[in-house]
This record gives sequence, C-alpha cells and structure tokens, in this order.
Amino acid sequence: MRIKVNRDNCTGCHLCRQVCAIRHYNEINPKKAALRIEAKFPDPGKYRPVVCSQCGKCAEVCPENAISQNDIGAYIVDKEKCINCGECVAACPLGVVFQHPDLDHVIICDFCMECTRVCNTDAIVKWDKGGAK
Amino acid sequence: MNNGLAGITLRVNLTTGEIRRLPTDEELFRRCYGGRGVIAEILYDEVPRDADPLGPENVFIMNAGIMSGCFIPAGAKIEFGSISPLTNGHGDSNMGGHLGPELKYAGYDMVIFTGMSAKPVFLYIDNDTVELRDASRYWGMGALDCEVQLKKDLSEDFQIATIGPAAENGILFSCISHDYGRQAGRTGQGTVMASKKLKAIAVRGNRSLRVHDLDALTKQVSDVIFRTQNHPNMEPWQKYGTAFFLRWSNDNGVMPTRNFQTTHYEHIDKIDGDQLIEKCLITHKACFGCWMNCGKYTKAVIPGKPEVHLEGPEYETGALCGANIGMMDINHVAYINWMLDNAGMDTMSGGGVIAFAMECFEKGFITEKDLEGHTLEWGSIDDVEHFVDMVTHRRGIGDWFAGGTKRAAQKIGKGSEKFAMQVKGQEMSGYDGRWAPGMMLSYMTADIGAHHNRSWTITVDMAEGREKIEGRAKIVVYLQHVRPLFDSLCVCRLFWGELDITPEDIIASLNHITGWNVSVADALRTSERTWNLTRCHYLERNKAAGRTFDYPPARSWEDKILSGPGKGKGVTKEQVEQMLDDYYAARGWDKKGNPTREILEDLGIGFAAENLKKIGLLGEPIPGGIPPVRGERYKPKAF
Repeated sequence: MRIKVNRDNCTGCHLCRQVCAIRHYNEINPKKAALRIEAKFPDPGKYRPVVCSQCGKCAEVCPENAISQNDIGAYIVDKEKCINCGECVAACPLGVVFQHPDLDHVIICDFCMECTRVCNTDAIVKWDKGGAK
Repeated sequence: MNNGLAGITLRVNLTTGEIRRLPTDEELFRRCYGGRGVIAEILYDEVPRDADPLGPENVFIMNAGIMSGCFIPAGAKIEFGSISPLTNGHGDSNMGGHLGPELKYAGYDMVIFTGMSAKPVFLYIDNDTVELRDASRYWGMGALDCEVQLKKDLSEDFQIATIGPAAENGILFSCISHDYGRQAGRTGQGTVMASKKLKAIAVRGNRSLRVHDLDALTKQVSDVIFRTQNHPNMEPWQKYGTAFFLRWSNDNGVMPTRNFQTTHYEHIDKIDGDQLIEKCLITHKACFGCWMNCGKYTKAVIPGKPEVHLEGPEYETGALCGANIGMMDINHVAYINWMLDNAGMDTMSGGGVIAFAMECFEKGFITEKDLEGHTLEWGSIDDVEHFVDMVTHRRGIGDWFAGGTKRAAQKIGKGSEKFAMQVKGQEMSGYDGRWAPGMMLSYMTADIGAHHNRSWTITVDMAEGREKIEGRAKIVVYLQHVRPLFDSLCVCRLFWGELDITPEDIIASLNHITGWNVSVADALRTSERTWNLTRCHYLERNKAAGRTFDYPPARSWEDKILSGPGKGKGVTKEQVEQMLDDYYAARGWDKKGNPTREILEDLGIGFAAENLKKIGLLGEPIPGGIPPVRGERYKPKAF
C-alpha cells in the first residue's frame, strides 16, 4: 500500500498534516505529521507533497532495530526501542522522517490513509500497488 | 488551556523595545469572541480619542482569535486592527493564508503593539523566542520581495507578514501582505504598521492547540469535509475562485465600470474567470486547512515588461482594477494587481483611486502636465504603471491621491467629490449599489467605510426587488451581525455563503472548541455589541451626529446607470434618506444615527452611552422603545 502523489494538484492547504496529527497523537498540531509539503514561491509557484516511498533506508540505518516493515509495506517505529538518535532522519532521501520536541521517538508514515481521504484535489491518493494487501 | 486559545498575549512596546508575555484574557475573548471583537474593545479602551492614527498613541493589534488553526472549515484567518488613518474610526482587516494558525502554534493568541520605533524593526517569533530585530535592510523593499528575502534569511518555514514602500511613504490605503498574495487590505492597516516602523512579522511554532472536545470537533469537521466535497458549488470555486463572479456581476448589472459610471462592462470576456484560468493560472492555492482552494496563483506576461507572479486577481481586484479602469487584457489586470501588491497598496482602494484619477483626467480636472507628461486613459497599462509610481512615491500630484479618493477630491475640487466613490474615506468594493439598494445601504452604514464584507446583499436585492427598499434595512442589520462574526471568530465566511455551512454549524464548532455552549442568538448579540461599540467609537472620534457620515457620494443618486441590464436605474436621494431612517430604527438608534442609551445598556455597553452623552451625541430615546431583536434572519442565495 502506498500513496501516489499528483504533485501539481496540491494547493498547500495542509489539511493532510492536520488530520495526520489528530489521528496519531489526538492533538491539533501539524508539526507532528508524517508528511510534508514543499512550497516553492514566488518562482515557479508550486506545491509538492512529499510522502514516504517505503524505500527502507530508515530501517537499514537504525542502530536499535526499532524500525520494521509491516504487512502493508509501512515502516513502523517501535516507540519503546527508538532512542530518537536521528540516524534515520539523516538517511531519509525524501526528508519525511520527522522529530518533534514533545516526542522521544521519530515520526514515520504508517499508511493509515487518513490524509488521502481529506485531500480534495487528489494530490495524494491511496495507491494499492500491485495488489499488495 | 482547553478552549482553542494558545494562552499567551504579547504586548510589544515599540518605543522602548519592551516585550511582555501576559496570560491571554479569557474573559475578554469570552465577551467578544476574539478577532475583530477583541480588537474593537481594546481600541475603544486604550486609544485616546484625539490620538493621531499614525502617531505613537495608536495601538496596532494582530489577533488570531479562537478558531483559527483549530481544524475547522477555512479556519485560517488573522485579524489586524488599529484606528484607521483612512476613516479615523475603528479599523480592522483580515487575511487568510497560514499566519494565524502559525501564531497560535507558536503559543500566542494576540500581539498588541504600542508606541513607535525609532528605526525599522521586525518582530521575530520562534516559539518562546520573541525579539524585535533590525529591519533597516528590508525597509524600502516591495512587500512581496521582502517576504522572499526574509524567508531566505530566516527559514522557509516561517510565516511572514510584510508591508511595502507605499505604506512606508504614508499612503493611507496600504495593506499587509502574506504568503505571496494574501492581504489584509482595507482600512490602511499597513500604513499604521509602517508608522510604527514595523516592517514585518515572522512567526514559526510547533506547539499543540487544545480544545474542549476534540473527538466531537473531529467528527463534526470530518462530516463537513465529506459533505462539502460533493457540493455543486465546490467545482466552480475550486476552478475559478472568486473570479467566477466577474461575469455573474456583469450579467446582473452591478459591475463597477469606469469609476462607477455604469454597471456593465462590454469587455468583460477579456478579463473574466475563464481568461484568468486559460492565460494566467500557475497553480490553485489554498489557505491553511481549507479544501476549497479559491486562491489562484498566476503569472502576468506582457511584452516589454518582466514576467511577474502573483496571487489573483480575485473578484474585487478583477472588478476594481479591471472593469473599473477599463482594462482589456487579463494579463494587464494581473500586472496591476502585482504592482499594487508589491508596492503594498490595497487593490480595492487602489483600483478606486486609479479609476477616480482616470475620470478626473477624462474631465480635464488633471492634465498631462500634472502627470509628468503622461496621459491617464481608461485601459492603458503604461499610464496606470506611471500613475501608481507617482502615488507610491508621492511625486507631484501623486501626493494628492495618497489619502484616497475623498482627500484627493478635496485637493482637486471642481465638484469631483461627487464621483469620489467612497464612504467615510474608504473606497467602495466591486459592486455598484444603484440597482442594489441593500448593497448601497451596506456601504453607507459599514463602520469601516464602503466595504462589502460587513454586509453583501446583491442576491438579497435580486430576490427581494432591486427597485424596492422596504424591509431591506432589517436584512442589512442581520447581515452586519453575521458577516463580521466570522471576523471575530477568525474563520472564512465563504463556506457559509457558498457551501451551505450554516451559522449553527459554525457555532457548534465554536462550542466543541471552547465548551462555552453558546447559541447562534448569543453569537449574533455579541456581534451586535461589537457593531455598536465601533459606532460609538467612530462618533467619539469624529464628533458629529452619526448620520453625517453615512452618505454615499452624490453620483449614487444623481447619475442613473448608463448602460447594460441596469440602464436608467438608480436610487433617489429620498430612498437614501428613507433607508437611513429604516436602518436607524432597526438598530435602535435615533434619527440622527446616534445609538441610544437603551440599546447600549441592553448590549452591556452602558459605559459607551456615558461617553456619548458627554459629547452630546447620545441618541434621543426612541418612542415606544427599541426593537426587541435587531435584524431579521436571512439566508442569501449563494449565486
């Protein structure tokens, strides 16, 4: 299970990031979201949602073996094992492993798909690649 | 705090540089609901009545309200307020974008600026770090250019508000700019910011906001999201934004054309929403948390001029910098929009001022000699570019226009005040009210001058009769309580107008956030309280009977509409007088337009009655008493 990005459709509303944080932390705080939106203004004047591509680099570099892939392909952080060292943050080629001062573990997308449900322009879409579960 | 508030209010003394962190006054927010309401009360309490709007005694406030940032429909507004240099009364203006939520995520509900800095500064907020920093190197930069530079110097993830050179030069209708094209445009809030030498505000925050009942709020808002995603109005809104209405307004004979000479523009097909999307669109652009994305990020491409990027033109700019100045190419309208944005001028008053100057030129009241050898013809982009440069830098007669059309007409004379299309010093929005009497009354009675966001009645006038005024005043009063309520709550009103989000929905959200358990009637009363307070404040500052200030320019009744579906139509002076009588009666004010003790005490602001009494402007008691409820509930059709 992945998220397909239609980057030109993004309007920069950040609704995805709001629902992400509410879903996972029960808090209104988009800075705890597991995806980000790049804004390039005034030139060329475009947004680009950036989501986890499930490349697995984070799991590879984790010194604590705290990150493992689940049956839908998402890399799940074991919050007990994670020491918030930031190795995975540095290793992520897309910059979508996050840290927040309130939390003692990193934030990685678990592909709950809540963000794709609220996106009103199909900039991020649930993508069942190759019939994965 | 579990009520949507971030908890801290900053008081920034720009004279001394002292920054105080105070607990947000929850009682004040409970009383006024935040945003415009809280600003109105602080200005009423703190600004001396004889204070110069551009002097150190004026207070400049930035307020993100209760709902902004709290995961509610279009909850992204931030409200600015101070005594307006344009109207000399309570002034406020708001914008969307991302600044309001970011301020709250940084931990602050409101910033109150007092005094005046000796040198240019900007306010830097990064969670707990709050500093006034030197802005000498940014002073003089265009409002859009300054945002680019500040993001380079600080970080891309700061949310930034800036002003431009027009504000620095004291142009009274200057705006505050944010996110490359969101503006708090009206009432000269940018000018006040500049008078305090405050070039910019930069904010970044990562805190959580806590609400009374997050589960209930999340469920309600999720329902609203999924319900509105399929609303029939969603598609045109997403595609065109407010530019959709250019053709609609024109078809219905309310389009201000060539300085409100007529209400139908023959070249509308060259500047309408289709032209904008086809020729200029780069990307659709939304405010924080809004899934309607009415913002259009665009480019203007004109041979011989640099390609520029901007947000807009939205409806108001399209009307006032398009039809109202006779432009015949959407790229030209967009270019003017960009020019005014970067100079830091309100495109609405800016369009009104250019149109007024063009008519003065047409009539020979100003000449090529006055314009440094240039003409000022309807539809000429080069003429407009030169004129805007003269105004921005107050060169020659450019200086006459620095105070808007009312003050320019005083300089020019020759009866030009007849077609200076303003009320209380603020230029009209992009609707002609001659064949829409409710709209005319809305302009006349708005506390901040001729602005449509206090009450917009075009569809009301169409439904209830465009040549009839009976019953209109009560609807205007109601709308003047609903629309400004959104500005107190710091949420966008477009969902209410266009996607059938009801006031009940909004108040339900407010209750989930705050736990206040208030009703729509309570909220409207709160809004009415604010309306009466700003009226009293206006009278206390301007010291004459209210009615004196509530007249539109004489073109409104002397000139009939020249062409289009409204040809030959227009209100009469008698209708204007009758509408004022009806309006004051509906408000519980006397015939002179002065609030009575009875209404002020009913709304819990008896102290204002005492203040009016001292200057002889307290309304005479109404025979039979004030109406038990002011205003008549009305749901205007979307379009």
